[in-house]
Amino acid sequence: MAEREHRRKAAPSRHEEEVVDEQPPKSDKGEKIKAELDDLLDEIDEVLEVNSEEFVRSYVQKGGQ
Amino acid sequence: MAIPKVCGIETEYGIVVRGAAEPNPMAASSLLINAYVASLQPRVGWDFEDESPGNDARGYRVEGPAAPEVETHLVNAVLTNGARYYVDHAHPELSIPECRDAREVVVWDKAGEQILLRSMRAAQATLPPGQELVVYKNNSDRKGNSYGCHENYLVDRAVPFHRIVAGIVPFFVTRQLFAGAGKVGSEARGVSSAEVPFQLSQRADFFEEEVGLETTLKRPIVNTRDEPHCDAQKYRRLHVILGDANCSELATFLKVGTTAVVLAMIEDDELPRNLALASPVQALRQVSYDLDLGLALELADGGRISALDIQWEYLTWARKYADTHGLHAVGEGVGAEILRRWESVLTALETDPMSLAGSLDWVAKYTLLSAYRERHGLAWDAARLAAMDLQYHDLRPERSLFARLDVERLTNDAEVEAAVTEPPTTTRAWFRGKCLQRWASQIVAANWDSLVFDVGADPLRRVPMIEPLKGTAAMVDELLEGCATPSELLQRLGT
Repeated sequence: MAEREHRRKAAPSRHEEEVVDEQPPKSDKGEKIKAELDDLLDEIDEVLEVNSEEFVRSYVQKGGQ
Repeated sequence: MAIPKVCGIETEYGIVVRGAAEPNPMAASSLLINAYVASLQPRVGWDFEDESPGNDARGYRVEGPAAPEVETHLVNAVLTNGARYYVDHAHPELSIPECRDAREVVVWDKAGEQILLRSMRAAQATLPPGQELVVYKNNSDRKGNSYGCHENYLVDRAVPFHRIVAGIVPFFVTRQLFAGAGKVGSEARGVSSAEVPFQLSQRADFFEEEVGLETTLKRPIVNTRDEPHCDAQKYRRLHVILGDANCSELATFLKVGTTAVVLAMIEDDELPRNLALASPVQALRQVSYDLDLGLALELADGGRISALDIQWEYLTWARKYADTHGLHAVGEGVGAEILRRWESVLTALETDPMSLAGSLDWVAKYTLLSAYRERHGLAWDAARLAAMDLQYHDLRPERSLFARLDVERLTNDAEVEAAVTEPPTTTRAWFRGKCLQRWASQIVAANWDSLVFDVGADPLRRVPMIEPLKGTAAMVDELLEGCATPSELLQRLGT
């Protein structure tokens, strides 16, 4: 239990964040993901279904389990 | 001591035929599976007989001359990797073979996706020009129709069912924090896009009861189906219906792994506190809808606790349990990895959830859709975002948005490829799969707990397999290698 409490204290709780109005710390991993996402967004329209509305409307399944 | 958590996953896939005037999902599902099994001649049917009367040291006994009946008209195949592949409720469904641990489940679940992908390609060759058959690994059509991804866990029959329910419900309500596949909007009646622009889970909208037998209506958080497919005196098979179908390997690993750990703790009666929720069904949706991950849920005793803190409680108990009891029930090495990843994911959810965009489904989907939405100035109810939600789960690598996201893997291509045709070495699925590889033409039917042989002159002969952990490679390889024919096998098993 002691180990867990220590770990929990290291992370700011949601409540404290709101009080000091700070952005949550961003990890390097998060930044890297963002950069890759930008690249993906540049090319994603080529992959997306051409007619979104028709695609969403016609995607009908029978209910299963 | 908790018994080994033999486990598996059965996934109902979404299916569409583009360009068809009157799409028939039942026919399309049959076409899909038939196209795949046509390349696997001779084909072995599924045996619906589910009796498990005998046992010997290896878990098998050859029965007398009462011939079993064999179903022939339904599309229902058993594969050499030990899986069952069939049409259910107008969906293609694949049940992976019984696995010994969560990591094996991930490997055979990914192999299942490959089987569906190959089926799609094989089926495509038989369709008229202008038609295209596509399969999706998701759980809803966004119009209120849902289909499941069920898990199964071997549980000691001696454990009272109410103890399982009490111990597992708070865990089930909150595990979507890491196991959710993410969904744009809500399909619950009267819930607007403004209220719920995006939620953690595909399935939370569809659950209406805490405990029950249903799977298609009034779905319960804990399903009470009692159909163990093994020795019913000793075991239960806990049939879990509330999970999402995951594309992320880590999500599948944690979903199955943490659930297996919690079940082991329940079996050993090592949950130190009852975190009974005041309203589990309501809480399931509240957690799914709360993208801030901080909402306090109401407990039956009047207290309040967040979903994350419930998960931290279970993890803390699991760490203690590992110290006092070990993790043999879920596999020692895999168990240690489950606890390690569980902790790192909870820490990330608490401090920087979006850092999990390269690891978990709901975060990956949410991050992608949020970025696309911002770039194009879209509202959350834009058709384009709903389309992207569906397309995340498209199994075609060239179309799948999940595949584009470069999400962390736990498996490698070689082991997944092997698992398309090879069974796990660690359960009775090995015996089933190996017999099918060698003697498919003389096996007229298979089931989870038996194989039915036709060796010519004799009546059909059933070999019961009622112990999920008997029939492993270590137990039967010598026996199988010593038999040139199924007749020899039956003879040796019968003595």
